[in-house]
Amino acid sequence: MAAASQKNIRILVAKPGLDGHDRGAKVIAHALRDAGFEVIYSGLHQTVEQILSAAMQEAVDVIGLSIMSGAHLPISQKLMAGLKEKGMDDVAVVVGGVIPHRDIPALKDMGVDGVFPGGSALDNIISGVRQAASQRGEA
Amino acid sequence: MGVAKYTKNDKDAISEVELHSGIKVKPVYGPADLEAAGFDYAADLGDPGEYPFTRALHPMGYRSRAWTTRQYSGFGTPAETNERFKLLIDHGQNGLNVAFDLPTQMGYDSDDPMSEGEIGRVGMAVDTLADFQTAFKDIDLTKIGSGLTINAVACIMLAMYEALARSQGVDTAKISATPQNDILKEIIGRGAWIFPVRAGVDLTCDVIEYATAQGKLPRCNPVSVCGYHIRESGATPAQEIAFAFGIAFAYVDNVVARGYKPEQVAGRFSFNFNIFGNLWEQVAKFRAARKLWAKLLQERYGIKDKKTLFLRGLFGGGGYGLTKAQPMNNIVRGAYYGLAAALGGAQTTALCSYDEAFTIPTPASALLSLRTLEILMDEIGLRDTVDPLAGSYFIETLTKQMEDKILEEMERVDRWGGMVAAVESGQVQRLVSRQAYEWERDLAEGRRIKVGVNKYVEEDEEPEVELHEYALSSAEAQIKSLNDVRRSRSQKDVTAGLKALEKALKAGENVMPALVQCCLAFATVGEMAGLMRQELGELKEPSIF
Repeated sequence: MAAASQKNIRILVAKPGLDGHDRGAKVIAHALRDAGFEVIYSGLHQTVEQILSAAMQEAVDVIGLSIMSGAHLPISQKLMAGLKEKGMDDVAVVVGGVIPHRDIPALKDMGVDGVFPGGSALDNIISGVRQAASQRGEA
Repeated sequence: MGVAKYTKNDKDAISEVELHSGIKVKPVYGPADLEAAGFDYAADLGDPGEYPFTRALHPMGYRSRAWTTRQYSGFGTPAETNERFKLLIDHGQNGLNVAFDLPTQMGYDSDDPMSEGEIGRVGMAVDTLADFQTAFKDIDLTKIGSGLTINAVACIMLAMYEALARSQGVDTAKISATPQNDILKEIIGRGAWIFPVRAGVDLTCDVIEYATAQGKLPRCNPVSVCGYHIRESGATPAQEIAFAFGIAFAYVDNVVARGYKPEQVAGRFSFNFNIFGNLWEQVAKFRAARKLWAKLLQERYGIKDKKTLFLRGLFGGGGYGLTKAQPMNNIVRGAYYGLAAALGGAQTTALCSYDEAFTIPTPASALLSLRTLEILMDEIGLRDTVDPLAGSYFIETLTKQMEDKILEEMERVDRWGGMVAAVESGQVQRLVSRQAYEWERDLAEGRRIKVGVNKYVEEDEEPEVELHEYALSSAEAQIKSLNDVRRSRSQKDVTAGLKALEKALKAGENVMPALVQCCLAFATVGEMAGLMRQELGELKEPSIF
């Protein structure tokens, strides 16, 4: 995938698992779109496999997971393993939702590029996603 | 979060106040405002307990009976939930508000691959009748009413509750349950939907037809129409009421089309409305809603029976008003939200706990919410007199203005072609999600104030709350008990039940009798919902942009 700085960044905003609280995901989708990103919203109840295949088909630069149910560790683990397996290491991953601060190091250790717990400022999320995309794009 | 927009000069004096619903508040109100609004005591208020019930449903309000408190609870295995239920009842709670885990809400068994990592996480896991028997052990179903917070498969869970009563030899005419059963709001704002819009509405209405119109479960409230979640998703308080009424009318119309009179259908509807935000706006909203529901039922359906015109329900929660920053502030917010509910005449209430932005509430935080509501009722005087704000120049003017705003938003629903069409096309979802985004922008740019979020912010805070731990052992225990039930039940009875369900689904008949039969045979939630998925298909979400 081309370096993110040369074109609009494509991001898949994804809601993995059964949790249906999507206000946050939709707000982020709107915010990123207004900030010039090309946003694809997965809709609810996606399996990690569905997210991986949508990310591949849409050739996205970033996957943004929104998780409110508390299952962020196992879901992120599974996604990171899937990306590796499919050779999609150039796709950046950011995670938001109900994420306790103490879980952030574990997510970073898995290779997640950015973590935005509930309450993060929109502008910080936008710049964080942009940074994650450009770091991966150059890697 | 429900704060108004304030315009201030450089000395912090407020020049303009605009409530979330778009109403501008004046600095001073007087008799001329009531006159300008055409306020008339008999037509606009009436005495408490009299049409149009703006002041209260009952003549003596909280004097005759304090509100019912129903903290939302349930987690892990049915046995753990049973312990929490008993704790809340011991502490004075008089109704249960049952939380189900996501697999149950989505119609999957605990051993389904889709359930992995979610069993018992956000509520209790229910696979079969055996789980209900454990969860409600030693709880008198004729004395304690239960809210069942489930929607897409509410029909299965109410059938399960009836099967529970039957298996205990309890008279089903005496049990009181309120399944949430509001699929349209679920699609707009809560997300635990399964079936396509119209099929989902038909299932919701099967429950209403069976319990109320046919009178099979006469003390059950077959639906709780939730403006609550639509508001959480970005609607204004006026839209919250307008869209909920639009949804309620869609359900009434569906059941009436099956050959019932409106008064046989609408009488046991209940509502769930939110309480965060500007205090005056919430109070006016509840008073206007009580009045409008009675008026609209009368005008639209010609219903005359007084009790059928009551807007019953739970005014509570306030989740979106709570913040992750400085979480202890949420305890204080909860008390003021409870005050708004009481001044608005809530019949039943509950509060989100201060730690909900982080975790499932701990026993201590759930108890604190209950105590907050008890302090309001028993200590500070909210039971002293009915509708204490009545006659206030400001509140009565605002109540009239809210009524007009709600009607204006209902016209929008009519332009969409009614709520079923609006949800199917995604128009309502797009409107509220756009508004939610604009709200966040307002906060980010300081046009609305939220303490601890964009004013009085503390740097580098790392709030400490005790987290509810997810226990893998509970999930394993649940799967083991599911397998035990599968081994010990009569496969013949299960097959017969599922056949009856399949027949009802294919014929477009009411699914409730077959579901009760399935539950009594210990069919699993996944078996019943799986059959429904196969026959009804699944919803495809409309685009959000």
